Amino acid sequence: MSKYGEKNIRAYGNNFTTMTPGPVAKFLRTCVIFQAIRFVIINIKMLVVVSKSH
Amino acid sequence: MARLVVLGGGVSGHTAATFAAEWLGSAHEVVVVTPNAKWNWIPSNIWVGVGQMTKEDVTFDLAPVYAKAGIKYHQAKALGIHPEGNETSDKPYVVIESTEAGKAGQIENIEYDYLINATGPKLNFAATPGLGDANGLGEFTVSVCTADHATHANEELQKAIEKMKKGERQKFLIGTGHGMCTCQGAAFEYIFNIEHELKKAGVRDMAEIKWISNESFLGDFGVGGLHMKAMGFAVSSKIFAESLFAERDVDWIIGAHVNKVEKGKVHYELLDGSMGEEEFDFSMLIPPFAGVGLKAINKAGEDITATVFAPNGFMKVDANYAAGAYENWKASDWPKTYQNPTYKNLFACGIAFAPPHPISKPMSSPNGTPINPTPPRTGMPSGIMGKAVAHSVCDLITKGPDAPLHEASMAHMGAACVASAGKGLFTGTAAAMTIYPVVPDFEKYPGTGRDTDYTFGEIGLAGHWIKHILHHLFIWKAKLKAGWTLIPE
Repeated sequence: MSKYGEKNIRAYGNNFTTMTPGPVAKFLRTCVIFQAIRFVIINIKMLVVVSKSH
Repeated sequence: MARLVVLGGGVSGHTAATFAAEWLGSAHEVVVVTPNAKWNWIPSNIWVGVGQMTKEDVTFDLAPVYAKAGIKYHQAKALGIHPEGNETSDKPYVVIESTEAGKAGQIENIEYDYLINATGPKLNFAATPGLGDANGLGEFTVSVCTADHATHANEELQKAIEKMKKGERQKFLIGTGHGMCTCQGAAFEYIFNIEHELKKAGVRDMAEIKWISNESFLGDFGVGGLHMKAMGFAVSSKIFAESLFAERDVDWIIGAHVNKVEKGKVHYELLDGSMGEEEFDFSMLIPPFAGVGLKAINKAGEDITATVFAPNGFMKVDANYAAGAYENWKASDWPKTYQNPTYKNLFACGIAFAPPHPISKPMSSPNGTPINPTPPRTGMPSGIMGKAVAHSVCDLITKGPDAPLHEASMAHMGAACVASAGKGLFTGTAAAMTIYPVVPDFEKYPGTGRDTDYTFGEIGLAGHWIKHILHHLFIWKAKLKAGWTLIPE
């Protein structure tokens, strides 16, 4: 799990200079409780941008 | 009684027509001319293309909706605009050709007082030899630009999955099929949805997946990329995009102009001038867009297409088309009212208006081949400008020709975007992003060109939930169901 993203990096290949998520970041992406909170926050952020755009 | 004719029934045209009908009521007439019998929520075509939705899930019949709204509907394609009328009448009109079963090919003239051109694009498959036939269902590659294309793409995808289950490795090549394409976001969604589906099918280890696009860097998306606040840094979308590609083990070719497609192989030219080939078993390449080929004719019968339309076929509006080199570009070059400068009762919105220049920095290979994304005008901005134009036309009709026009510049508006990276109630993910403004304003926001307080992005399950909710919300709105006017574009 901890090497989840790192294993795909190829030395001096296209993706050698990017970042990859660690196990916590990966887990949180589909953690229902955390994502339910993010759902509310993202919606508020989007509504702010929508309101500024009309 | 005034008559407003709207050409096109996509996001921008449908928004303009339905709001105009709502605001004008029965005192005036709203007419929609669109060659399609069905409305299509295009963002969900991605899920049709991987078998997670059907064509019926993303489309509905337009006729009953327009009947309910009191809109006169012609299933037809527009051929030409006569903004000065003809020898016998000063009344402007459009020439349309029916695409309705039983009436196909019949020509009709429709007079108008105001015209909104929201035809959307012509999918210009012919720009790249081998990319597709006239219907877009190419012999060698697939597309997800329409619901029918996406259905076909899924059929080919399922064949590839079956081959992998039988032990045959498959190579997937997804991206843009020309150096001047837009809609990288759709291809971005499709490549990660394919990757997600291959994992679910248990055949990911049998697949090599590769991205090919005309972007000079990953994460350009036709808007020159964007910077988002993350972990106390303003981070380029390049970093986030590359991170996702690395995480999902997807390699990439960028700065590529695909100049020829053959069975199982694309030929391309890179920004450094070098030529290359890439083989594939399954490929979805987005075609470039062009105007739909409308002609404009003056009262004397002379062709004035070059006066009304830009060379790429999109309609000229109140943009600064003389900005010149990239160094001279300004946010103020972008149109505000979408009114044609020659004929004040003509407007264009959505993809149909001619942008003043790209948003991404223009680039070309040493051979002189332009390779850069063209500007996106879809989704939320498309709906907002459709509503603003409808508002302007309604005011011109009800308050008189001196009524001030409503503005919706892409340099002053933001956009919310949700890019799916895989579908699933608990396993799906999507990148939820906002960008403000869409067109960077380097004078107002030195450095990044955007307000990083309102430009953000993150990937996760919440983004997928939002995309799924938006699917139902916008179909509800487009069907003009209860409360539709309260749902923002």
